[in-house]
Amino acid sequence: METLELVKQQGVKKATTNINGSKAVLEAFIAEGVETIFGYPGGAIMPIYDALYDYHDKLKHILVRHEQGAIHAAQGFARASGKTGVVFATSGPGATNLVTGLADAMIDSTPLVCITGQVYAHLLGTDAFQETDVINITTPVTKWNYQVTDATEIPTVLAKAFYIANSGRPGPVLIDITKNAQLQPFDYEGYTKCEHIRSYRPNPIVRKEFVEAAAQLINEAEKPFVIFGQGVILGKAEKEFKQFIEKAGIPAAWTIMGMSAIPTDHPLGVGMLGMHGNYGPNVLTNECDVLIAIGMRFDDRVTGRLDKYAKQAKVIHLDIDPSEIDKNVKATVGVWGDCKETLPMLTSLIEQKVYPQWLKKFNDYKQLEEETCIVPEMNPVCDELSMAEVINLLNELTEGNAVVVTDVGQHQMVTCRYAKYNSSKSNITSGGLGTMGFALPAAIGAKFGAPDKTVVAVIGDGGFQMTIQELGTIMQSEVNVKILILNNQFLGMVRQWQQLFHDKRYSFVDIASPDYVQVAKGYNIPGYKLEKREELKHSLQNMLEHNGAYLLEVMVGKEDNVFPMVPQGCSVSEIRLK
Amino acid sequence: MSKREFTVTVYTENQVGLLNRIAIIFSRRKINVESLNTSPTEVESVHRFTIVINETEEVVSKLCRQIEKQVEVLKAYYNTEDEIVWQELALYKVSTDAIAEKVKVERLLREYGARAVAIRKDYTVFETTGHREETDNLIKALEPYGLIEFVRSARVAIIKGSSDFHERLKEFEYKEPGEEVVENEFLDKKEEVFSM
Ligand SMILES: Cc1ncc(C[n+]2csc(CCOP(=O)(O)OP(=O)(O)O)c2C)c(N)n1
Repeated sequence: METLELVKQQGVKKATTNINGSKAVLEAFIAEGVETIFGYPGGAIMPIYDALYDYHDKLKHILVRHEQGAIHAAQGFARASGKTGVVFATSGPGATNLVTGLADAMIDSTPLVCITGQVYAHLLGTDAFQETDVINITTPVTKWNYQVTDATEIPTVLAKAFYIANSGRPGPVLIDITKNAQLQPFDYEGYTKCEHIRSYRPNPIVRKEFVEAAAQLINEAEKPFVIFGQGVILGKAEKEFKQFIEKAGIPAAWTIMGMSAIPTDHPLGVGMLGMHGNYGPNVLTNECDVLIAIGMRFDDRVTGRLDKYAKQAKVIHLDIDPSEIDKNVKATVGVWGDCKETLPMLTSLIEQKVYPQWLKKFNDYKQLEEETCIVPEMNPVCDELSMAEVINLLNELTEGNAVVVTDVGQHQMVTCRYAKYNSSKSNITSGGLGTMGFALPAAIGAKFGAPDKTVVAVIGDGGFQMTIQELGTIMQSEVNVKILILNNQFLGMVRQWQQLFHDKRYSFVDIASPDYVQVAKGYNIPGYKLEKREELKHSLQNMLEHNGAYLLEVMVGKEDNVFPMVPQGCSVSEIRLK
Repeated sequence: MSKREFTVTVYTENQVGLLNRIAIIFSRRKINVESLNTSPTEVESVHRFTIVINETEEVVSKLCRQIEKQVEVLKAYYNTEDEIVWQELALYKVSTDAIAEKVKVERLLREYGARAVAIRKDYTVFETTGHREETDNLIKALEPYGLIEFVRSARVAIIKGSSDFHERLKEFEYKEPGEEVVENEFLDKKEEVFSM
């Protein structure tokens, strides 16, 4: 590889090297600090893979087993590291296999740059082999996408892609590059990072008067309540957030996406919001007088019935995305801006306070939930294991230091209810899209994103079978992830709804499983299956202590339900404890 | 809030695919686009969409924010009919024989401010510009003479209260724009919301 140097040729002209579009892509990656690419080759992206052959010492490529696996891995990487995840896929089926992951990353604001190969530019629109209109298919599920047909565009387009993906409210970007552009040699002038696009305002100027209005509401409040989402994590504002709630003395509850931004045992942390969240934060949403929403978007799984949501409260909404303010819940005061900037401004304007009476209410409800839900779930009287006790023991063993990646369903809700976290970016789950099959590949990516951490994927027997092929990736790339399957022999979450809302008419939720331990063995991954309580702790310990990937299948109660629950169409204060 | 007609004006970069990006924001909510026009603007390299929809103000304002969120969109405004000057153009094709026979037709056309843009032996094409009722009325008037073909253009509209977009654009070019370009303007919830 030729090194690029500026020559002092009359101080103006840059030295150029003649490289092709494919190399320009990889040079861009290096300039952007990319170390790991998740991908899968194919005809239309072969020139890039050919170039990659010479870059193996600078760029690590993880060969997945399905492009959906690649993009979920990149998501896991991004969520665990805060950096942009990078994906390669070929045209046609390779690109369409990315769509679920793009939608997931879009709704969960995950920064990604996906590169797809495309047929030669002169074949576009002719139904060429493996041609799909990827740009139009992915438009609704990308923050930005662009088709490159000329190699000279590559450096600037990739600079824009990385800038857009991980600035403002992050999101996935897809760049489709025709094969001719990948092959085309051109005079490369080096790479310049993008820092400004005139039509794009990622960091709005914060208007002080709104911060002041918000501070005034907070200072006058008697029962203020903070609810926060992933915005705190994406804004890297965990410290600023903690300082804010600690000075304000305000109880704070997290959405599933905001979880782990503060340690789960923080004295002001009152638990999780939403359909299967904690009792107190849901009920008291409808009792607080000022609701302070930070970096969250009032998803319907959080708000329940909107016309009965926090109607008594004045609402302060801090968000970086102006289209979120007033979208679902009307804000009394909207503070548009990066919370890394707005929170310290707010903190400086508020009075130091405590609300012992108000906090006690949360604690009383917590007590009630402990007695009716938590204690019985953690200590079942029957022989069948409960998901809750498994997660409880896992906490004990990891001491809240693991990154826990969950799939979608009952096990996800139980894990998010009970998992303990000491540090940010530890809870990785598909929140907005609820994508079954997310966990296994996302855990692979998370391990690359947080190599020093123990990564545990908690997965249901349904979701595991959706991306089970990624065991091959774990085997080949020797990824040290712990796979914990909570097997209830049902598509549990759907079964729970059928039980509660469809007269127990169990319609196609009974799902058979292969022998997972044998399957894992086939991939050279050791594993164990258990049904007995006595074996649980020891087996979890074995899994965590094993040097390398490990699969532990735990048989749990077949018809256990997740409670509390806000039934769909009900108000958050109508949350049921059983 | 009840539905009414809004004209949405979107200033954008001139970029392939942007039309789709904007259109799907409407179709995603199953909103019918009544009329859509794309046009250059007084500023070189800046493009302009004029979109007419029937919706509540609440929805239109949310749509505008979601449009504005697109990377290549500079600005999106929405206005009611009284806040804009607007026109639509219509073409009418009738048989030349039918109108030659009837002198009345000519008077009629004059009445509606129409003019002939093509006169051939077998057909004549008239054009008129105006509001919806005006172009509709001429259809009715021409129907008895056998209207062969009719087509109406999308709406084009000028916002009455607009100021120079050049100035605004200059601000966009800066990495740190001045306070004047206060992009939080819609958080003000004042009257000028979404008017320039
Ligand atoms: C790709 C996808 N298909 C379908 C669903 C609907 N769905 C939500 S939860 C669930 C059941 C999940 O079952 P399992 O993985 O066994 O987990 P459990 O609920 O039993 O813990 C289903 C089918 C989904 N979320 N994602």
